[in-house]
Amino acid sequence: MTARPFAPRLRVFPTEGRPDAQDRIEEVGKTRNLGARGEPPVLETMRDRFAAVTTELIDADDSVAVVLADISVDAFESVGRRHPDRVVNVGIREQLLVSVGGGLALTGMRPILHTYAPFLVERAFEQVKLDLGHQDVGAVLVSIGASYDRAQSGRTHQAPGDVALIGTLPNWTVHVPGHPDEADLLLRDAVAGSGRVYVRLSDRANAAAHLGRAGRAVTLRKGRRGTVVAVGPMLDPVLAATEDLDVAVVYAATVRPLDAHTVRAAVGAEPSVVLVEPYLTGTSSHAVTDALRDVPHRLLALGVRDAELHRYGTAADHDRAHGLDPAGLRRDIVRFLELAP
Amino acid sequence: MPTSTITRHHRFGYRDLPTLIGRMSGDEKHEPSAHSTLDVLWVLYDQILNVSPDRVDDPARDRFVLSKGHGPMAYFAVLAAKGFIPVEVLDTFTDADSPLGTHPDRLLIPGVEVSSGSLGHGLPISVGIALGLRAQGLTTSRVVCLAGDAELDEGSNFEAMAAARAFGLGNLTVVVIDNDSDTLGWAGGISARFAVEGWATANVYGRDHARLSAALSVHHDGQPSVVVAHVEPPAEAVA
Repeated sequence: MTARPFAPRLRVFPTEGRPDAQDRIEEVGKTRNLGARGEPPVLETMRDRFAAVTTELIDADDSVAVVLADISVDAFESVGRRHPDRVVNVGIREQLLVSVGGGLALTGMRPILHTYAPFLVERAFEQVKLDLGHQDVGAVLVSIGASYDRAQSGRTHQAPGDVALIGTLPNWTVHVPGHPDEADLLLRDAVAGSGRVYVRLSDRANAAAHLGRAGRAVTLRKGRRGTVVAVGPMLDPVLAATEDLDVAVVYAATVRPLDAHTVRAAVGAEPSVVLVEPYLTGTSSHAVTDALRDVPHRLLALGVRDAELHRYGTAADHDRAHGLDPAGLRRDIVRFLELAP
Repeated sequence: MPTSTITRHHRFGYRDLPTLIGRMSGDEKHEPSAHSTLDVLWVLYDQILNVSPDRVDDPARDRFVLSKGHGPMAYFAVLAAKGFIPVEVLDTFTDADSPLGTHPDRLLIPGVEVSSGSLGHGLPISVGIALGLRAQGLTTSRVVCLAGDAELDEGSNFEAMAAARAFGLGNLTVVVIDNDSDTLGWAGGISARFAVEGWATANVYGRDHARLSAALSVHHDGQPSVVVAHVEPPAEAVA
């Protein structure tokens, strides 16, 4: 049986029917109400938390610096006044952003480098490879925008391939938090270390944080007919899609390295695994198959499909187009696991 | 009390460099002029940089960044002459287990600050190093980055040039070895490009040790500086 062509699924963004992930995501942010009493709640994003935590870390530790490229500059204005040498805005110069991080690290500092994912990872990729990795110095890269948080901005502001690209480089840790509280924990953990860490933030978040020890995956649900590994913000769509299915759900906010032990332990007698990632399909397939190297298994990888939509709209529209909304996920999971729909 | 390190420093002089290069190239007749960077590197390590083999981890040392990482035999010869690497290691050049290849690797050679090879990385990294030194109050340390004229084709250099001026990096000096190797040429000259970005500029003959030393010794407060070392034209062509 040949794979279905991708194009027909892109014809429309269905607008009818079930509540989509974006609706739920907007509920989520209300977990922390930043609004004044009686006013509508202000949603706290991972980006907000990143600015707050980074500010705290810069105040507390003389070796911590943040390097910006005209993105999120307002959020660092006050800490920048207190520590002008350690809050550096290089302007719209992403190659320099990463190289400066390499230089700071070479003098013993702990740089945090921040901008939109496509500019941080894709535009400056050789700097990431050489000025950090090849020099064997550490840095914490914190991106925003994810695969298509700003769908209305088009392809230029979308980076579904960022984790795959970082994955080609040795000795990187990659965190994909699914909640501001997770971003908080993982960021602190990353900055406290000395290695190379990519923290991929998103406007999209799950209703609840699942805080384990940094780097560990969590088995949230047990089931007999298969295992779904959900990464970062894909957790809530996966939970919604599999609500009444007899499948295990494992949640991972760290994909490099993937917690092989937890994945292996979750996969029981029925070694059919569905990997759901919020970026390029199959980015972590090899990590899952490696975790299951001692057991014959089947793997279905779901994620952002390898096609450019040339569409605007919302992130929820793009979820539907890539089959990452609960309905689309359910369709693919049920078919793969041969469950009754 | 002279240490063995210091004794070793003084064992080799500028005239020994062709022989040391010959241990890598297998060519005994190497003239210094065959290496565009040799004179600048010698002057830097002999007279300018506050570095030594027994202080490669000293936070207050100067940082030398060889941005133009290709053709590093002159660099390795100077490092050997100054005691950073044993001269015998030169004989292993490009062997599988040698620390020396055609691009330097900082993980393999003590005293090499930055691994280079791909062009247009050294100057931007140097901006980061200069910022890092300043943030840590290491105000006496300077960063000297050696680049090539053709290397400036890489646009990343221009990101760094503008930022270095804006950040007031008086602790940063770039030496551009100009051997007229740039394919499309630099109308108005290389130093004009740095000057328009607010850098202090100097043009010297790249084989004249006294003038190189003088140009590299000038301190520019709060302003990055560039020394363009012309190695192709005859000495009298450079003011």
